[in-house]
Amino acid sequence: MSKINIKIDDQAVQVEPGTSLLNAAKEIGIEIPYLCYHPDLSLHGACRVCVVEDLKSGKLVASCATPVTEGMEFSTRSQRARVARRRNVELLLANHPNDCLGCDRNGTCELQDIVHSLGIRSEDVERLEGERREVEVDEVGPSLKRDPNKCILCGRCVRTCEEIQGVSALQFANRGFNSIVTTAFDLPQRDINCANCGQCATVCPVGALTEISEIDKVWKAIEDDKKYVIVQTAPSIQATIGEEFGYEAGTIVTGKLAAALRRLGFNKVFSTEFSADLTIMEEGNEFLKRLQGDKNLPHITSCCPGWVKFAEHNYPDLLNNLSSAKSPMQMFSSIAKTYYAELEDIDPASIYTVAIMPCTAKKFEKDREEMNDSGYQDTDAVLTTRELARMIKEMGIKFELLNDEDFDELMGAHTGAATIFGTTGGVTEAAVRTVKEKLTGEPLERLNLGFRGINDAELVIGDKTIRVAIANGLANAAELLDEVRKGESPYDFIEIMACPHGCVGGGGQPLPASREKKDKRAAGIKAIDDQMVIRKSHENPMIIKLYEDFLGEPLGGESHHLLHTKYQARPKN
Amino acid sequence: MKDIIYRSHILICTGTGCTSSGAKKMRIALEDELAERNLNKEVKIIETGCHGFCEKGPIVVVYPEGVFYCEVKSEDIPELVEEHLLKGRIVERLLFKEPVTEENIPSYHDIQFYKKQERIVLSNCGKIDPENIDEYIALGGYEAVGKALSSMSQKDVIAEVKNSGLRGRGGGGFPTGLKWQFAHEAVSNKKYVICNADEGDPGAFMDRSLLEGDPHRVIEGMIIAGYAIGADEGYLYVRAEYPLAIKRLEKAISQAEDYGLLGDDLFSSGYNFKLHIKKGAGAFVCGEETALMASIEGKRGMPRPRPPYPANSGLWGKPTNINNVETYGNIPYIIKNGAEEYSKIGTENSKGTKVFALTGKINNTGLVEVPMGTTLREVIYDIGGGLGEGMKYKAVQTGGPSGGCITSEHLDLPIDYDSLLGVGAMMGSGGMVVMDDGTCMVDVARFFLNFTQSESCGKCTPCREGTKRMLEILERICEGEGEDGDIALLEDLAHHIKDTALCGLGQTAPNPVLSTLKYFRHEYEAHIFDHKCPAGVCKDLASAYLIDKETCVGCSICAKACPVDAITGTPKESYQIDDDICISCGVCASKCPVSAISQG
Repeated sequence: MSKINIKIDDQAVQVEPGTSLLNAAKEIGIEIPYLCYHPDLSLHGACRVCVVEDLKSGKLVASCATPVTEGMEFSTRSQRARVARRRNVELLLANHPNDCLGCDRNGTCELQDIVHSLGIRSEDVERLEGERREVEVDEVGPSLKRDPNKCILCGRCVRTCEEIQGVSALQFANRGFNSIVTTAFDLPQRDINCANCGQCATVCPVGALTEISEIDKVWKAIEDDKKYVIVQTAPSIQATIGEEFGYEAGTIVTGKLAAALRRLGFNKVFSTEFSADLTIMEEGNEFLKRLQGDKNLPHITSCCPGWVKFAEHNYPDLLNNLSSAKSPMQMFSSIAKTYYAELEDIDPASIYTVAIMPCTAKKFEKDREEMNDSGYQDTDAVLTTRELARMIKEMGIKFELLNDEDFDELMGAHTGAATIFGTTGGVTEAAVRTVKEKLTGEPLERLNLGFRGINDAELVIGDKTIRVAIANGLANAAELLDEVRKGESPYDFIEIMACPHGCVGGGGQPLPASREKKDKRAAGIKAIDDQMVIRKSHENPMIIKLYEDFLGEPLGGESHHLLHTKYQARPKN
Repeated sequence: MKDIIYRSHILICTGTGCTSSGAKKMRIALEDELAERNLNKEVKIIETGCHGFCEKGPIVVVYPEGVFYCEVKSEDIPELVEEHLLKGRIVERLLFKEPVTEENIPSYHDIQFYKKQERIVLSNCGKIDPENIDEYIALGGYEAVGKALSSMSQKDVIAEVKNSGLRGRGGGGFPTGLKWQFAHEAVSNKKYVICNADEGDPGAFMDRSLLEGDPHRVIEGMIIAGYAIGADEGYLYVRAEYPLAIKRLEKAISQAEDYGLLGDDLFSSGYNFKLHIKKGAGAFVCGEETALMASIEGKRGMPRPRPPYPANSGLWGKPTNINNVETYGNIPYIIKNGAEEYSKIGTENSKGTKVFALTGKINNTGLVEVPMGTTLREVIYDIGGGLGEGMKYKAVQTGGPSGGCITSEHLDLPIDYDSLLGVGAMMGSGGMVVMDDGTCMVDVARFFLNFTQSESCGKCTPCREGTKRMLEILERICEGEGEDGDIALLEDLAHHIKDTALCGLGQTAPNPVLSTLKYFRHEYEAHIFDHKCPAGVCKDLASAYLIDKETCVGCSICAKACPVDAITGTPKESYQIDDDICISCGVCASKCPVSAISQG
């Protein structure tokens, strides 16, 4: 179709049909402010902060929700449009706590940015002030804190939970001024079918949805001389935490990350990639066994705790298809408090394990009743990427000036296969590398599955044809699972990550996030793998040693006890 | 079986209004009385829908004479049967008495209330048994759909409706034929028609009465619309608070299905159409078309931005035509009698009739249908019988919470879509609330803002937050806490909300404020600057009472009557009121035997 001619603030512009006024203005360098709009979500048109004046009809229209039509002329800078945008922001502020200094999103708040750029002053808001929303804050966790008093009802969380995740744990309730976003029957987060993925928090423009912080707990452990604090950092963190310190998305800062963790006072600085290799040893062998026995297929990954909880609520009948292998984080912690404690002669009771995760669901996973196989709670604290960045900032550590350092010996060793766990498709690729080589002795070419939505591939391994599929975003996952449920799934192996793009798009990652940023983060992760000398989990020398010294065989008795788990059916709502 | 031929038919209105005034009880009494006197083979009782004259319910009409009785109670039944049915004498005391002439009027058509009405949509209401499809058919029902399906193309039907000049009766006044054309032109293998019966304006009951009194008319209108746009399925969205309307619709649908008027291959034309009823939970905002469709889909009733319009992407994303009850109610007449005949009624740009729900300080509360172009004066004084005794006309509020006031200077305004907009009011769905000089216009604005604020879906910022701030200011003014600058802020917010709210509910929410500010600004100013409520409605502003020392005889009756002990004095001398304690209840003034107490 041919382009559409419009005029924005007297400038003639040609744009593609279907472009919104908001994006048309962006193309000529005019950023119209908005709050409810989000490029990954359906149109909502609620905040009315992006209004512009349609010069032909004389009406103010929401630029996000108005598609261009031929000959349209509109003004972003007319007095009416300019004042209307301000007034709507002022109205939001008149019912907002405005306690920016103490807010988790101070500095990353989109409302704060808009107030700043529009130059709204306190007196503009004071004249509109009256009653303010006063609703109970849900902070019992396990993963997320919801403060409806800060909420501006933009509905991004509601749409994310429904459209991207297919969970619909959050909805609008009540009417008029009493409207809020809440859970069914206002139940706390722990009592609902929430997957704890935290995607809502990544789209929230203000501080209404944030992770439950464990920073204080971790400081306390570090400051306790009797505690031996071991930290592990998930594969994706090295490609994302740089953003908190001004680096371009996808910049790999592994060396600085290890150095910063040491500066914070952790006794040992390790990588979850070590146990990601271990996961492949267990899960790869488990898949092989299922494939050979034609049992519980398709084999579905279980390293994503958001996905696991979603399955427990919505697909309890398919729990046998999930790999029984624990997630890398949990494998790491069980080994740290058993094998590593023994090796280093440390009392496991004094070991405090901290996991730096891209994920809010990991906070829930660590507290699961199944996660005590070391004889203690395996993982003691989980920090998101954002929380770790905050600790580094609190200590005044100049991240960008740090010299690169390595992870500590043994549980820092890893392969490229482990690194790619950080992005969608990574687990599958890592698993297939090991499975194919074990079966045929031949190495695997890159699978190159895409980052978005559902992707699949077919590969011939010896005399077998294996079909694999990956899905990220739980609404996408549900499509694959419904097929499995109906017995119509063509796949042998399915990888599911709750968050779009996998862990690089996790609910605990730096804000704000966009699809473009997530693409770059994922590309960064793949680039590390490309440069690695050892790229297959079964070739990790420390993993080989771990099996020789301690575990015996994959799926063996000790492995079964420490590295595998069970799932529980949970109510649908 | 041979049909019994009855010598008399007694029509009892069992619409919601008459039912609540005791029509059901009276009907049982009548049945018993007829049985006792062995008249049940001679006189037939028929339950009808609303006659519109709800003020005077329960209403009974006796045919063949056509005598119109009102306010008939069970106790009146023996006399009615004895006198009218046995002796053939009219029961004078149960006739309608014209308020002005005090004359007893026996016939329907001679009552002023009906004289100036032109009943097209309501023509069958009160005349037929709405639960009997044969009665609708006997009066020409389903002829229009037969004509459309057997002799008109889809385009012919649309052209007829376009030429009739019919505009949407739900509030916006969009040309109906054009709306149908858009839905007709949308390409899809599935389309829907929806009837919006989510009537929610305070005091409005036009749609309810039509659905209760003549459900088949609306169904027929919908079938024709469905045929015209190419839809094979329709939904009637009726609020659950209208149980009688729902019951009668259910019955009507099932009868139409039995008669082959709904279902497959209607009139052997190959056209299929089925209808469903969806009960709404009573949210005002669900009257907004996109919210209504969300509600049918099982979602929270919240409006969404348009475009896309329902004609292209409506219910479940399919092209959908959505009209109001009364709009569909006009369709059978248009198709049967032709656009030319229809367009003779009304004004240049507003054709046909409009049904209004006349309420407030008026003698004849009820439902009236008048040709477009009738003046407000005719509606209020000729049909409505004017205001109650001693009351002075102040304004009429039209269009409910989205509308505005019309003052006495516009009483001779011919009512149509455009004239009402011109004076800052709107047609809306047809609510008409008459107010007298004892009405405080700031309080009226506060009432409507309170309504829209509590009915706002909470989606968009200006409606959710803005109407709340406006309401707070109005409450402040009514409580005597108004400040200099409040009026300016009200106007600022009102224009802002009008300009930027997402849906019609929000965009029109400030109208009652803007309209009262336009015509009664002095009342706002009196509240704010003089701390007075001219109408004496706002309690916090009612001025304190004063005892005139000269007149007071020191009887002490006032002091004893005062509920808050604000009056002190010496018996046989004089008494005084303490302003700080007085709550301006007025009890003292009403008890004073020498009228020495008045409001200062």
